[in-house]
Amino acid sequence: MKTGAKILIEGLQREGVETIFGYPGGVVLPIYDELYNSSLRHILVRHEQAAAHAADGFARASGRVGVCLATSGPGACNLVTGIATAYMDSVPIVALTGQVPTSLLGNDAFQESDITGITLPITKHNYLVKRTEDLGHIVREAFYISRTGRPGPVLIDLPKDVSTKEIEYEYPENEQVNLRGYQPTYRGHSRQIDKAVEMMMEAERPLFYVGGGVIASNASAELLRLAEMTGIPVTTTLMGIGAIPCDHPLNLGMLGMHGTRYANYAVTESDLLISVGVRFDDRVTGKLDTFAAQARIIHIDIDPAEIGKNKRVDVPIVGDSKTVLQEMRERIQKRKEYDRWLSLIRTWKEKYPMKYPRDGVLRPQFVIEQLSELLGGEGIIVSEVGQNQMWTAQYYCFRHPRTWITSGGLGTMGYGFPAAMGAHFARPDQVVFDIAGDGSFQMNIQELGTVSHYRIPVKVAILNNRFLGMVRQWQELFYDRRYSYTELPPVDFVKIANAYGIDGMRVEDCNDVRPALQAAIETDGPFIMDFRVEREENVFPMVPAGAAINEMIGGHTG
Amino acid sequence: MKPHTLTVLVENKPGVLSRVTGLFSRRGFNIESLAVGTCEETGMSRITIVCIGDDAQIEQVMKQTHKLIDVIKVSDITENDRVERELALIKVTAEPGSSRAEIMQIASIFRAQIIDVGSRTVVLSVAGDTEKIDALEKLLRQYGVKELVRTGKIALLRGAKTVKSAK
Ligand SMILES: Cc1ncc(C[n+]2csc(CCOP(=O)(O)OP(=O)(O)O)c2C)c(N)n1
Ligand SMILES: [Mg+2]
Repeated sequence: MKTGAKILIEGLQREGVETIFGYPGGVVLPIYDELYNSSLRHILVRHEQAAAHAADGFARASGRVGVCLATSGPGACNLVTGIATAYMDSVPIVALTGQVPTSLLGNDAFQESDITGITLPITKHNYLVKRTEDLGHIVREAFYISRTGRPGPVLIDLPKDVSTKEIEYEYPENEQVNLRGYQPTYRGHSRQIDKAVEMMMEAERPLFYVGGGVIASNASAELLRLAEMTGIPVTTTLMGIGAIPCDHPLNLGMLGMHGTRYANYAVTESDLLISVGVRFDDRVTGKLDTFAAQARIIHIDIDPAEIGKNKRVDVPIVGDSKTVLQEMRERIQKRKEYDRWLSLIRTWKEKYPMKYPRDGVLRPQFVIEQLSELLGGEGIIVSEVGQNQMWTAQYYCFRHPRTWITSGGLGTMGYGFPAAMGAHFARPDQVVFDIAGDGSFQMNIQELGTVSHYRIPVKVAILNNRFLGMVRQWQELFYDRRYSYTELPPVDFVKIANAYGIDGMRVEDCNDVRPALQAAIETDGPFIMDFRVEREENVFPMVPAGAAINEMIGGHTG
Repeated sequence: MKPHTLTVLVENKPGVLSRVTGLFSRRGFNIESLAVGTCEETGMSRITIVCIGDDAQIEQVMKQTHKLIDVIKVSDITENDRVERELALIKVTAEPGSSRAEIMQIASIFRAQIIDVGSRTVVLSVAGDTEKIDALEKLLRQYGVKELVRTGKIALLRGAKTVKSAK
């Protein structure tokens, strides 16, 4: 005989789970009791939101499913932002929540909340388990759904009596998950792939536009091969960073609102946009009708609903990026030279490089550049949201997929620090930095407790401008410098860190940046750096909301 | 923008209807009519949805609906040759005398049945396409419609063609 809680823990282990992030409470007591003797490692966070973000960071860094656990009611509700964050960026996590006993469901019982109802629009799927007999199967299905197709969060809500009830149960070794309503398409349509290859041969100014789908499908190496074989340049979205090494000659960096000028010009001038694992998000496209207006569009994505959602597409290919890119490569007969196109791009790159003033003032871009040099683009870099995020995307030289972890779709402040904890457990061999804003860091600052408790070696580099900088930038540019509620009072982050038993350093001078970063890397445990940066630095170039992406302001004179 | 008739084959599981309807409202679609019930396959239900949108919008909402794990198949049968029915029950004020006779006459023209007769009301049951029911309702308004309930449209393709799970 086994309790539901035991079946759950066994199920997790069978799915290869080693670490989960959670926070206990009344209705999950049976599960916690089972964890007490289990070989599963449970990390006690200081707020459930952090558990969800940590599971998410774990998943992004490893490509495996991350798991978080919370009690019913307030615990479950605290997961919501984290689940929505994972949903928007298609990250595979399984969220486990306790629920009041089935006999009390719908009674407004103590700490009851309808978490399956609440998370309906932000999960790929969710379950309210009514019978212990169904639990084993549901756990399997949940992991399967979460990691396959277009990945995403799945929630399992577990009433207390389901966890406590004992039943005869043997793990079904050979059972396959088979869902008649869920059959993802992995292989692209053969004739469509032919057509795409033909178009690549006909084009004069082709461009790869790649996003998070390439990272998720582990297609980066395949993309690189195809790009090198064809000589077609590549621009990535915020989520696609790492798919191609930053300093690769074919890489144009990020496109979109804070993209490079040359990437945005290239999209505007291109005659064939080969879009892979992207969703034509408004932060990327700017004004839609002018986005790649001269180009024919190939769109490869595993989710058919993304194809044609925002932009009309000439060749839709539903399939897994990796498989499709590989098939494309196999069908390419000859190499076409795109010399004129590539030399035009070179001219733009020379004329409009990414730059900022190097005048001895402590600027956030400088901090990121220094870190990038110091780590040689290695390590795992997580960011918060706002200017800190955009500068990191622009100035850190990423070389590998899954080393850049950021909340793109939802833009969740407070994501970075807990996600960095998760990333550490996924890749304990890697140094993990959270590039933070002072505003964002304070959204999950309580996790100092967690990193201190477990000595999780996360290094937090706060780009402290004492502003909600990104909002301030918009106020400066579009609201006549009326800084309405965006200024933050000074905080001594090092002292806060110290209070948690964590070392830190405040940096006010350019010359002290390297030593501080060096100290962080050399410290065994967590480390906090408080970089007092230029307060009113802006992120440039910038495409104003609603403008065409080639209508950028700033960044070329600097 | 025109009405589209969608038929959605779903797993007969708790919450499936709110998954589908929630998705429609979230994506900004107004459901004009909705009918749901079990179907020829055990464990499945069929939902018939009428909603208004242009072709691109409808395509998008269908794809999104199809992504729901419990949705097995989604088809837009608006352009297909099909049969459609809706059932309505209408309670009409019918004082004994001339108006009652008129109502009964109207009912017979519309092949509606009188399924309840009270001292001052009658209840009509009518099946047909949406336009027919609209027309009947309009005619009965002059007598006083006290209550009206409609099932929402259900539809099937004509002939041997079916909308079934491919698997
Ligand atoms: C949870 C949450 N609330 C509000 C916002 C809106 N927002 C976007 S960026 C930003 C400012 C971030 O400030 P900070 O973390 O200091 O970063 P900076 O831009 O200064 O680098 C805000 C408030 C958000 N993205 N997330
Ligand atoms: Mg700030």
